[in-house]
Amino acid sequence: MARLSYREAGRLAIAEAMRADPTVWCLGEDLGRGGVFGQYAGLEAEFGPDRICSTPISESAIMGAAVGAAMAGTRPIVEMRFADFALCAVDELVNQAAKARYMFGGQSKVPLTVREPMGMWRSSAAQHSQSLEAWYTHIPGLVVIAPATPEDNYALLKAAIRNDDPVVFMEHKNLWDMEGDVADDATAEIGKARIACAGGDCTIVSWSAQVHVAMQAAAELADDGIDAEVIDLRSLWPWDEAAVAASVAKTGRLIVTHEAVGVGGFGGEVVATIAERHFASLRRPPLRLAAPRIPISYAPELENQVRVTARQIVAAVRRLN
Amino acid sequence: MASNLDIDRLRDRRRLMLRIRAFETAAIRAADEKLVLGAIHPSVGQEAVAAGVCAPLRRDDLLLSTHRGHGHTLAKGADAAAMMRELFGRDGGNCGGKGGSMHIADFSVGMLGANGVVGANINIAAGAAHGVKLRGGDQVVVCIFGDGAMNRGPFLEGLNWAASFKLPVLFVCEDNGWAATTSTRAVTGGPGPAARAEALGIATAAVDGNDVLAVEEAAQALVESLRSGGGPRLLHARTYRLLGHTSVDKAAYRPAGQAEARWADDPIRRATDLLLGAGVAQNVLDADAAAATAEMTAAFEDAKAAPWPPVSAAYDDVQDIGAVAAPAGL
Repeated sequence: MARLSYREAGRLAIAEAMRADPTVWCLGEDLGRGGVFGQYAGLEAEFGPDRICSTPISESAIMGAAVGAAMAGTRPIVEMRFADFALCAVDELVNQAAKARYMFGGQSKVPLTVREPMGMWRSSAAQHSQSLEAWYTHIPGLVVIAPATPEDNYALLKAAIRNDDPVVFMEHKNLWDMEGDVADDATAEIGKARIACAGGDCTIVSWSAQVHVAMQAAAELADDGIDAEVIDLRSLWPWDEAAVAASVAKTGRLIVTHEAVGVGGFGGEVVATIAERHFASLRRPPLRLAAPRIPISYAPELENQVRVTARQIVAAVRRLN
Repeated sequence: MASNLDIDRLRDRRRLMLRIRAFETAAIRAADEKLVLGAIHPSVGQEAVAAGVCAPLRRDDLLLSTHRGHGHTLAKGADAAAMMRELFGRDGGNCGGKGGSMHIADFSVGMLGANGVVGANINIAAGAAHGVKLRGGDQVVVCIFGDGAMNRGPFLEGLNWAASFKLPVLFVCEDNGWAATTSTRAVTGGPGPAARAEALGIATAAVDGNDVLAVEEAAQALVESLRSGGGPRLLHARTYRLLGHTSVDKAAYRPAGQAEARWADDPIRRATDLLLGAGVAQNVLDADAAAATAEMTAAFEDAKAAPWPPVSAAYDDVQDIGAVAAPAGL
């Protein structure tokens, strides 16, 4: 057991994976100096500049090179710096990485892990703040992970690197400094949710940093005698329908809250799936609490317009209960 | 034609070009007969680039190709019958019928895929070379793309990448003069791909892309420099696309007489004339052509008779984690 930050937990996962497998390497901008958020600090000293590869600012080449290197027998960890910049590499991820195994009839897998730091982070404005996880869930071939805790960042990143599929691994920038206990042998299964807090009155589904907002709401509700169950999906594809369905069977109420824009967001998939397949469990109409369809602003008060707050979640739960 | 060795070599390369030509001819016929359903991009007229560039390669060297990739794939050693089945979308195709012409690949011979996106193979090739280097291998990677690709971003990013990391990749610009159905010259600034590569510190060579032995010799020298760790190289091979962009494109946008004039420069005709001049008998050369036609006719008939893939294959090879199940009964 160790007390680690979310950032350190990810770095430990990479170091352990690289020690265990000489074909694992990292490529991205500024990795030699530790990456833009320090999430690679010290790794170049241990593994050298060939395996901690500082690249040109060429997102398309970073992702495309990783595809080729994966097909040539290595296991690249791709750093995109900001999830927003991964949009410069959409062809390489969506048309190439995600589809190569399928369109070549299984002749090759593409075992790469793409780290995409996501989410709002201190007045970073419209091109450094987005949460685009739902896009990737739409693409057959991709696995999509968005951890909320240091232990999950450690365990799921290790699982992602071991996995032979291309994985979009979205770490939330606002969580880098968050500390938590990480068990030495911590493991997590991709596709299994975590019950962040158990309760029988209302199911709140979330992922990434928004889990912690949901937990604040649950604490406030507990003071009122309402026991919310907070489910941290952890991975969005695959996602743990069984865990959500079991919870809704108990509570009869479902709220999905995420930092991303609500329209076309993954909350819609969760709500639709529960409504289609588990309708009888629902005693109230399901709700989505997500960002309005506006870009993210720089000025704090404007930026706050896209945040779903604990207070809003509390109010929604009270309306349902 | 200096020696018997050269004659044998040229005859061998001509046989490969004939096989490519016969494959394309059979594929076009299959498209006309609605047996090949998707778009195909014939490489008729460009066979010398495929045959010459691949000649110095080892089986374990790697090749990345384009949407116009049948010739490259055959030249790297893929089985023509399996390729034809792939074009027909049948069981036993290289990709199980799931890729078709534009995604043809044969990893068993180091052919890591055609690509439906112009220029997308450039970054992938750089990465494959990066992977080879990290693993300490001595393979080289060859990336063939058309002249249209030099105007896409990956041309800059991938060539700069390969130069920065001194990777063993040979970029081949197979310049047929046409970016789909637009004259490349009309939409391209500057003198072309070699100047752009040289601006990134990549040594280049230019070659008559319809002279198969010249292509081979240029490629041979460049591949040797790659294998000795010299970093990436670019070969600019000028050729001509004798047919349209796709098999249904009549290419009416070309200046009158241009294609007709270029048929005189057909790389197969040039090889034939050289061999005849060197004293090889016409009937020997005719027999080589007949053998190529027979092979591809057999591949056509084999593909036409082959079964469709099992429908359940639509659900295979998507991903290990989170794959959706095939509906019951498939």
